[in-house]
Amino acid sequence: MLPIIFVLPLLQLVILSNAATFEVKNIKFGYIDNDHSSTSRALIEKFNASTYFDVLTDFPSEAKASSAMLKGEIDVVLEIPRHFARDLQKEKHSSLGVTINAIDGAAAGVENVYITQIIQSYNKNIRTDLAQISDAQIQPVIIDAIPLFWYNETLNYKTFMVPGILVLLVTMITLFLSGMNIVREKEIGTLEQINVTPIKKSQFIIGKLFPFWVIGMGLLTVGLILARLIFNVPMLGSLALMYVYTSIYILVVLGIGLFISNFTDTQQQAMFIAWFFVVIFILMSGLFTPIESMPKWAQIITEFNPIKYYVEVMRMVMLKGSGFKDILPQLIKTLVYAIVMNGLAVWSYKKTI
Amino acid sequence: MGISISNISKSYKNVKALQDISFDVKPNELFGLIGPDGAGKTTLFRILTTLLFPDQGTATVAGFDVVGDYKEIRKNVGYMPGRFSLYQDLTVEENLNFFATIFGTTIDENYDLIKDIYVQIEPFKDRRAGKLSGGMKQKLALSCALIHKPKVLFLDEPTTGVDPVSRKEFWEMLKRLQQKGITILVSTPYMDEAALCDRVALIQDGRILQIDTPEAIVKHYPKPIYNVGSNNMYQLIISLKDYEFNHSVYPFGEFVHYTDSRTDFNPKELRHYLESKNLIDIEIEQTEATIEDTFMELAK
Repeated sequence: MLPIIFVLPLLQLVILSNAATFEVKNIKFGYIDNDHSSTSRALIEKFNASTYFDVLTDFPSEAKASSAMLKGEIDVVLEIPRHFARDLQKEKHSSLGVTINAIDGAAAGVENVYITQIIQSYNKNIRTDLAQISDAQIQPVIIDAIPLFWYNETLNYKTFMVPGILVLLVTMITLFLSGMNIVREKEIGTLEQINVTPIKKSQFIIGKLFPFWVIGMGLLTVGLILARLIFNVPMLGSLALMYVYTSIYILVVLGIGLFISNFTDTQQQAMFIAWFFVVIFILMSGLFTPIESMPKWAQIITEFNPIKYYVEVMRMVMLKGSGFKDILPQLIKTLVYAIVMNGLAVWSYKKTI
Repeated sequence: MGISISNISKSYKNVKALQDISFDVKPNELFGLIGPDGAGKTTLFRILTTLLFPDQGTATVAGFDVVGDYKEIRKNVGYMPGRFSLYQDLTVEENLNFFATIFGTTIDENYDLIKDIYVQIEPFKDRRAGKLSGGMKQKLALSCALIHKPKVLFLDEPTTGVDPVSRKEFWEMLKRLQQKGITILVSTPYMDEAALCDRVALIQDGRILQIDTPEAIVKHYPKPIYNVGSNNMYQLIISLKDYEFNHSVYPFGEFVHYTDSRTDFNPKELRHYLESKNLIDIEIEQTEATIEDTFMELAK
């Protein structure tokens, strides 16, 4: 059992961190060039040069392009109108048609941004070219915004995802193990024997919690080592702080697990309830989608989501180097949560049937 | 200091598991609770071991009330549930050590009490409990239930699913434990085991049918009972059930236990009747009633 507990989550960490990224690459790109001018070819060359686009096909007609998109052969179609070059030169203005497959809305949004960026940079070049050709006009001052991405300068998704996925694994393993545990003893009957002994409720619960607490801390340790060695995730903050926070956080999860265990009769029931909470906690944790973009009521619910705090703390400490004072609000909330959940777990555990 | 039960009732939703049960178990008695599956034996055990609260009535175990003094009871009783309830992935020795520890004692302290039983499983002390045979499991469970020197021992169907040799051994062990001053309440669905108890209570559908010594229960059987045998068991039972004067007909091993509703019953008449039904090799002879006969009679 112990190898399974450790090996599978770490495999998940390696697989998910590499796979769960919002970067959209290898966009299948098609175009309809009605102009066939050097200007239009230069534009297509721009797309070709981008690493995000695979320039696939030159479609002779719009109908062919549409049917290719229907079959899923291409994601984006760029239509260059007839007289594109001429219009640009004469009227300083032309339109391009862009069609994006938006079945995956998030990906379509990202693709749109990439396309716009490429066309804008092309636009800038062509303006300077045209300005030289045409009679010199006074160019408006172009304001360029150069974004700086703090704490993750290269916008490396792995840096962003690894701490989050590590959180997820520590949570899932400890929740499932503790949730299954007492209910398993109910199923195989050992609880009946234990209940007829003078053992105290708190002694029993602590005895149940401690091994899983150790396993959770062990998972964190191995996960951090992998994050450092494989993904080269920066660890700016103090490791001790991460461990202190995690040690309290695992108590919350174990408390929830034991609480579920006390209210269920079979492992199957416990599994379903544990899944229910895990899915909600994970999807509402800010791990995959930002909490700021959730509706107001959902944001209020996330206040009760322990994973949210853990994700925040891990990212803050690892990527930003936050100190004890910075994470104090999360730490206090988690501590209160731990006391409440474990109190409930001890209270709801009855030494009768 | 034995067990005293008065007017205990317990219901689960629509099922009345126990209805107004009262009886006493004397100190140092080996008391049997005999009844079929679903009679309410386990429910009664759970009430007495403080795992369930009774709906009505009171009970004391070793002088302690099952509701008010449950903590004292848990220190002073040994309980062996019907299902094997030790940790299957701990070894024999680890299980024993574990239970000794949670009762605040050690194996050495009460070793004399479990010695007879434990020596039989000691060769396997490094084996996981889950890998033991049925009889071994029972011995280990009994050792664990005894490790804290309980005053009262509760054994819920300890011999169900155990082979006949191990069953016999198990009852011999119980007799020895009784000699060491432990009050034992044991339940069983096997009527033949009832004869090994000092006193038995026959229980069915949550009611006590009779409480007495096994000898007295058998002696009180109201009618002479006959072993009837023939070449064709099936035909024999059907014919006897059709016989107008029959009182009870139960198959019992190779014979049928038959009682007649008349007081002046003549076996010859029955023989003639059976012969008229084309049965041959007919044997009819009077026999001793058993606890099973009594139970069937009472449960009628």
